Amino acid sequence: MPETAQTSALHTVAPIALRRRITNHVMTGVAVLTVVLVLVPLFAIFAYLVYRGIGSINWAFLTKTPRPVGEVGGGMANAIVGSMVILGLASIIGVPLGVGAGIYIAEYGRNRLGDVIRFTADVLNGVPSIVIGIVAYSIVVLAQGHFSALAGGVALAIMMIPTITRTTEEMLLLVPQALREAAYGLGIPRWRATLSITLRTATSGVITGIMLAFARVAGETAPLLFTALGNQYWSLSTDLDHPWAFLWRHPVSFFWNHHLRLGLDQPTAALPLQIYTYALSPYDDWHRQAWAGAFVLIILIVTSVAAVRFAVRRGTFGAA
Amino acid sequence: MAAPQPVEPAKVSELRSAGKQSAPLSSGGGEIPDHIFKFAMLLCGLAVLATLGLIVYELVLRSGPSWHAFGFKFFGGRDWDPVNEQFGALPFVYGTLVSSFLALLIAVPLSIGVAVFTTEMCPPALRGPLSFFVELLAAIPSVVYGLWAIFVLIPILTNYVGPFLSRTLGWSGLFEGSFYGVSMLAAGIILAIMIIPIISSITREVLAVVPQHQREAALALGATRWEMIRVGVLRNARAGIMGAVILGLGRALGETMAVTMVIGNNPQIAKSLFAPGYTMASVLANEFSEATSTVYRSSLIEIGLALFLVTIVVNALARFLVWTVTRGQPSRANA
Repeated sequence: MPETAQTSALHTVAPIALRRRITNHVMTGVAVLTVVLVLVPLFAIFAYLVYRGIGSINWAFLTKTPRPVGEVGGGMANAIVGSMVILGLASIIGVPLGVGAGIYIAEYGRNRLGDVIRFTADVLNGVPSIVIGIVAYSIVVLAQGHFSALAGGVALAIMMIPTITRTTEEMLLLVPQALREAAYGLGIPRWRATLSITLRTATSGVITGIMLAFARVAGETAPLLFTALGNQYWSLSTDLDHPWAFLWRHPVSFFWNHHLRLGLDQPTAALPLQIYTYALSPYDDWHRQAWAGAFVLIILIVTSVAAVRFAVRRGTFGAA
Repeated sequence: MAAPQPVEPAKVSELRSAGKQSAPLSSGGGEIPDHIFKFAMLLCGLAVLATLGLIVYELVLRSGPSWHAFGFKFFGGRDWDPVNEQFGALPFVYGTLVSSFLALLIAVPLSIGVAVFTTEMCPPALRGPLSFFVELLAAIPSVVYGLWAIFVLIPILTNYVGPFLSRTLGWSGLFEGSFYGVSMLAAGIILAIMIIPIISSITREVLAVVPQHQREAALALGATRWEMIRVGVLRNARAGIMGAVILGLGRALGETMAVTMVIGNNPQIAKSLFAPGYTMASVLANEFSEATSTVYRSSLIEIGLALFLVTIVVNALARFLVWTVTRGQPSRANA
């Protein structure tokens, strides 16, 4: 009886009642079981992705454009480049705005407006990506009259900004106040102190935030469906007969000649879009390429994050 | 030597400008660059506000035609018929709610179990790798989850899980009819796998800020470890855990790609979880680019507006609940 065990505990060091001990062991077992139940599918996803990815990837996949429907072969070179172009555009738009907004909240925004901006960033962070796709469509695609890499970049930039803003703010607030005061004491103007002292000290944290945002949007498909749309061909096009030879002979003027069209205003292929299309197709070869694409996408995300973090760690000393 | 006077931060700028007047320094101009810099940063901040304003403005403006045509009946209508321009969003609302709650049903016990294990039971050496691995999964793109679901999860469901469920629980009516894999059930399971990392990492954060003396007090009274966790930890953290669950719900409601790939995309309201369904996010993904008529397009945008409003309310509630628990602690809740 548990009651007697508890009463006798007053007099001697009694063993904990059997029922309570069994409950304890059972619940420990349940907790371990949940861990196993969670890790098994998660591990299965990773293992299967690596297994199928390595088995499916080949040179043609990385260097060729898609073949016509139903033909075996071809690759996703245009989608890999397209993803990089869209992500580059998103970063060009999103990183300065996000970091700037973060600086404003942390350094000037200890007031009502700062609170409103912080709250807005949090709200923006929770907006479903498909809704952001609709808005980017309404703003950019309808204005331009056609789908484009730029529209995709704008959609992804909107998704990057809140994450960057909030991490920048958090990182800047970690910088000790004494450091700012020391800078002011030396007569350094406030803008210079913010950029060269405060932001510089928080660099590695801020860049980690940027990479988090980058990794989050790199795999986004939904906002690209009706902005970048996808493309079976290169969006960067040239009417030169031998573009590589021309590049070799005129490395500078290559980028300033009228033969080359940077396709930022053209529908552009992106890896996640291509994976989506191929996964739903009825062709085995396209399924294989979808796995290879997923593998390349993961590698792209992981290496870009790792490379930047490594560079930052090498570049700054003792930063937070 | 006199000790230096402590300077309050607010006075620094006055002192600096006072110093400027007597001895101008060469290191960066006068006051004007300062104002320009502050103004530029303010513009970036206002851009965040403008973005949200623009989202609301575009959604409200462009959903107007559908609002005028159908009014409130839009969300009660069961017919989705683009050919005859009859639009009712009920099947999508139903699909979104059912798939999300199914996901929570599966994910919540598992996530709380994982969080309790990592904070309270796990050997310290295992703690780091375990949470790292679970969080790594948050970085896998949605479309890759969908890919995996199509080629691995659905065959497992049709071959093993489906027959088992209809044999044992078929009487409930939830698991009847023919089962082809693409179904509400598959959508719920893949959503559960996707939101487990979020719920468990925020729950872990909430459990970590429960004061240590609560645990020690429970143990000192002779509680077993489980009793300590139940009385000392979980009870103190329940508001925060609720917040984590609702944050997971917010993510599940707006999730698009993986669900679109496995739910079957059929606008119907069926009791059986074996039947295909459709969600608000997936109808947008599938039909927006081919919606040609004004009413069709604005009906889709109205669904987007509804999705936007619901996720905002859900997220605000969740953040408030998490904040009541972790208040005062540096929050890393970056979902």
